[in-house]
Amino acid sequence: MVKAELSKRLHAMGGEMVLDVQLSIEKGSFVTLYGKSGAGKTSILRMIAGLMKPDQGMVDVDGVEWVDTDEKLLLKPQHRQVGFVFQDYALFPNMTVLQNLAYALGKGQPSSDIDPLIEMMELGDLQHSKPATLSGGQQQRVALARAIVPRPKLLLLDEPLSALDWEIRQKLQEFIRLVHDEYDLTSIMVSHDLPEVLRLSDYVYVLENGKVVKQGEPISTLVSNREGIPRFGKLGEILSIDAESLTVLVDNDIWTVPTTNINTHELHPGRKVWIAPISNDVVINLMD
Amino acid sequence: MQVILLAIDMGPLWLTFKLAVITTVLLLILGIPLAYWLAYSSSRSRFIVETLVSMPLVLPPTVIGFYLLLAFSPGSGFGLWLDQWLGIRLVFSFEGLVVGSIIYSLPFMVQPIRAGLVNLPVNLMEASDLLGKSGLTTLRQVLLPNIKSSLLTATVLTFAHTVGEFGVVLMIGGSIPEVTKVASIAIYEEVESLNYASANTYSAILFVITFVILLVLNLTNGGYFKGLWKW
Repeated sequence: MVKAELSKRLHAMGGEMVLDVQLSIEKGSFVTLYGKSGAGKTSILRMIAGLMKPDQGMVDVDGVEWVDTDEKLLLKPQHRQVGFVFQDYALFPNMTVLQNLAYALGKGQPSSDIDPLIEMMELGDLQHSKPATLSGGQQQRVALARAIVPRPKLLLLDEPLSALDWEIRQKLQEFIRLVHDEYDLTSIMVSHDLPEVLRLSDYVYVLENGKVVKQGEPISTLVSNREGIPRFGKLGEILSIDAESLTVLVDNDIWTVPTTNINTHELHPGRKVWIAPISNDVVINLMD
Repeated sequence: MQVILLAIDMGPLWLTFKLAVITTVLLLILGIPLAYWLAYSSSRSRFIVETLVSMPLVLPPTVIGFYLLLAFSPGSGFGLWLDQWLGIRLVFSFEGLVVGSIIYSLPFMVQPIRAGLVNLPVNLMEASDLLGKSGLTTLRQVLLPNIKSSLLTATVLTFAHTVGEFGVVLMIGGSIPEVTKVASIAIYEEVESLNYASANTYSAILFVITFVILLVLNLTNGGYFKGLWKW
């Protein structure tokens, strides 16, 4: 269980903003902080990690206090057992993939703890490469593995996928969910990508100007469910697909479309599509 | 043009390089923590320290030399204390030259390292902190290995600058053969006694060595030697 009450005056691009939020996160859940850039999402993450000091507030993780400004308690990031994944990976350029992971080992931790992560993240062939020679997606897989090596209680992800293109993003989303489940993590992700939030998280906090404006289960909080197809042609993104139906996110609506007359070959989650009605049928066109 | 190279007393040249090596090694030990502090401290006093560190860049060397001479001489409180308690005399001694050179070359060591650290993405340090590593581990294993070219620049500039020192050395060292008479002073004295040939020999040697050092630095930082040796 993670409880956080954080308040901080921030100097943002559009002037001053007061961040003031209360979060209560179930152990083992995957939570997203969702909102436009500048809403204060990353600052919340950095305050939980210990990289930024709140003006006032507390952070309590599984009954252990990390921050309590009234008691002048501010645990250093070194002592917080947090796995942090940065948007731009932050891999150590002087070390190979394997060295990056080995560096993350705690005192007395056996190096065999790295092996299952290398396998899970499919890094076997890249072990001896330097980060600069890897693609963005590969680097982020290394960063994710590195964050997990010391067995953190909490995994914090700061827009981990926003620099990657959609195909890699799908793959990485699977990896993120995989480590979250496999290592019994409590995860908090910052994102402004709606399909990503819907696909990954169990709970979402919607932030605007430093305040939580909505919270809850992602689908009911962020989108409305629609049956059939939009009246006019629209661009959307496929969320999921099964034998009978296709769910497509269009703006803030989820449309569930029967796949009866649709050729589902080439369609898969994450794909951008043009969805339009023609007489009583539906037309799905692949974009890009 | 015929370049006349005379058999000269090599003492001043050896002394110059001995001074430069010792100064550079001591400044590396001293400069890294100082640059680290300047790069990451949020203390207000860092502005004052930074200004002091940069002073030798703009002050005439004779000014530094003059104040060091006053400070080190046994007539001053500090000089007396050094003499009585530690038995060190820093005026007209090689030790004094080392101390003077350290102060004089300080910005050449500290500024490149500080700039290298400041230009590193801050999240490298943050990532290391979050992995539970101490500041010293982060410095040794993450920060320094990623500013190798800054470290090389700082080392070479410090060395080359110490080789070229004149004013400070003359003020606090005088010109005692085998003790404080370095090459730059030897050149000055040879010219003063109209021994242009000897002056030319010293000068040519210094010119060539300094040129080679800086050329190697530029080639290394420009990636010319990449693959030839592993940095």
